Amino acid sequence: MATDLFLVASVQGVIQQVVFGLATGGLYASLALALVLIYRAMETLNFAQGEMATFTTFIAFSLLVYLHLPYWLVFPATVVIAVLGGIAVERVIIRPVERAPVITLVLVTLGLFAIFNGLSGLIWGYVVRPFPSPFPTTPVFIGGVGISYQDLGLIGVSTAVLVLIWLFFARTKVGLMMRSAALYPESSRLLGVRVGWMLALGWGLAAGVGAVSGMLVAPITVLDPNLMQSVLLYAFVAAVLGGIDSPVGAVVGGLVVGVLLALVGTYIPNVQDLRLVFGFLVIIVVLIVKPGGLFGREHVERV
Amino acid sequence: MALLELENVVASYGAIEVLHGISLAVDQGSVVAMLGANGAGKTTTLRAISGRVKVYGVIRFDGRVISGLAAEDVARRGIAHVPEGRGTLAQLTVLENLQMGACLRRDGAGVKKDLDRVYEYFPWMPGRLSQPAALLSGGEQQMLAIARALMMRPRLLLLDEPSLGLAPTVLRSIFQIIGKINEEEGVTILLVEQNAKTALRVADRAYVLEVGEIAVSGSGADLAQNESVRRSYLGY
Repeated sequence: MATDLFLVASVQGVIQQVVFGLATGGLYASLALALVLIYRAMETLNFAQGEMATFTTFIAFSLLVYLHLPYWLVFPATVVIAVLGGIAVERVIIRPVERAPVITLVLVTLGLFAIFNGLSGLIWGYVVRPFPSPFPTTPVFIGGVGISYQDLGLIGVSTAVLVLIWLFFARTKVGLMMRSAALYPESSRLLGVRVGWMLALGWGLAAGVGAVSGMLVAPITVLDPNLMQSVLLYAFVAAVLGGIDSPVGAVVGGLVVGVLLALVGTYIPNVQDLRLVFGFLVIIVVLIVKPGGLFGREHVERV
Repeated sequence: MALLELENVVASYGAIEVLHGISLAVDQGSVVAMLGANGAGKTTTLRAISGRVKVYGVIRFDGRVISGLAAEDVARRGIAHVPEGRGTLAQLTVLENLQMGACLRRDGAGVKKDLDRVYEYFPWMPGRLSQPAALLSGGEQQMLAIARALMMRPRLLLLDEPSLGLAPTVLRSIFQIIGKINEEEGVTILLVEQNAKTALRVADRAYVLEVGEIAVSGSGADLAQNESVRRSYLGY
């Protein structure tokens, strides 16, 4: 009887951790998706993705705390600001080096990392600030498993973002043009597509998705200029695991990483502190066993 | 009236000059063939027209200078270029390839009508719309490339070696369709070919290129019958 009880309790515990893992995994998934969007368009990682998200989260913070605007107005407004900001960054900073070798682009995005991190610190300072959450942290009990509204909200919002992005690419003309421009820039030009603007739009979308991710992370932790750095690392892990050029892979990778970390952190003693190491272990294993990731293409040479 | 005019067009890749002053005219509603050996500059001439290589000299389309425009702006003026290698959007589906052809058009009803028209030319297409274009055979990809270009509703169609790598029967049907497109859609066509015999059959006029210069020009029929031209330049 006693052992039965123990078993029930631990099953519930596992479910609880899985839900928690899906919630944080959704965060990794959104930022990983932002990375993949840009990778597909220009075959480089945007190391500044997290810092851009932090910057926009600070903008949301100002709108909420200093201007006292309602949360559900600030949320979409911040996304719009992020999209426009992303487009502007591409047009002003990336465009001049668009055709440069990958290493140049990587260095430029590292520069952007420093710029946005510094700007956040300069404008809002390095004090940690609480960021309001639209969802209560009180739990709801479903079949004896306690899940916080916060976690459910995270899962809901990230799912909505991912579905919207998917619909945009699969169902809209601009989405199709962006896919075509990313895969076949020369052929797309011959069809009249302004490939440069499609790339800028890609940066805009990525920044928008990143902004959502930032606004979801901040209430869980606290807001400071380094808000997204650990999230970005797990997003890298997620993107590599899923396949760096696969949006579906980014999502699945994010969720898997979230759940794995939650379970490992809870059930393997002393691993909580080694989560980051565990994350990089995943990268190394993936690169050795299946370099293309779960859903990515193996490297294909264009003939 | 000439829809397209090239005046003394010079083009180079880096330090190597490939076109040494090409002048030619393509009349509204005609089919013009550009013939010549490998490396004569045929493909480069097409790339010069569609804004993919930097040129000196003047290119006029419909009376307006287009030399110096970016490729996407040339396309927006109504010039569809089916490039070497067919420009297949391989990972996209057949339907998406066709939609990409029409991606700048805002006349939804017209696009739908043109889709139906394209399916009349290529009856195999409607059944395979959801397949990735990469799964099509070479001939089918060539047809898809032409269909995609038609979806742009162009005034001028540039075709780069539509016969390349095709079986003789496929080649015949493609050239039949090229002729039909010219007659029924009123699309002016500039065609680059190595297969001179087939090209001269549909061409109203032809230019023979030799190392970056125009060696001979004349009506398609004249060139086909001229013994010495045939032997020295066309190789049959």
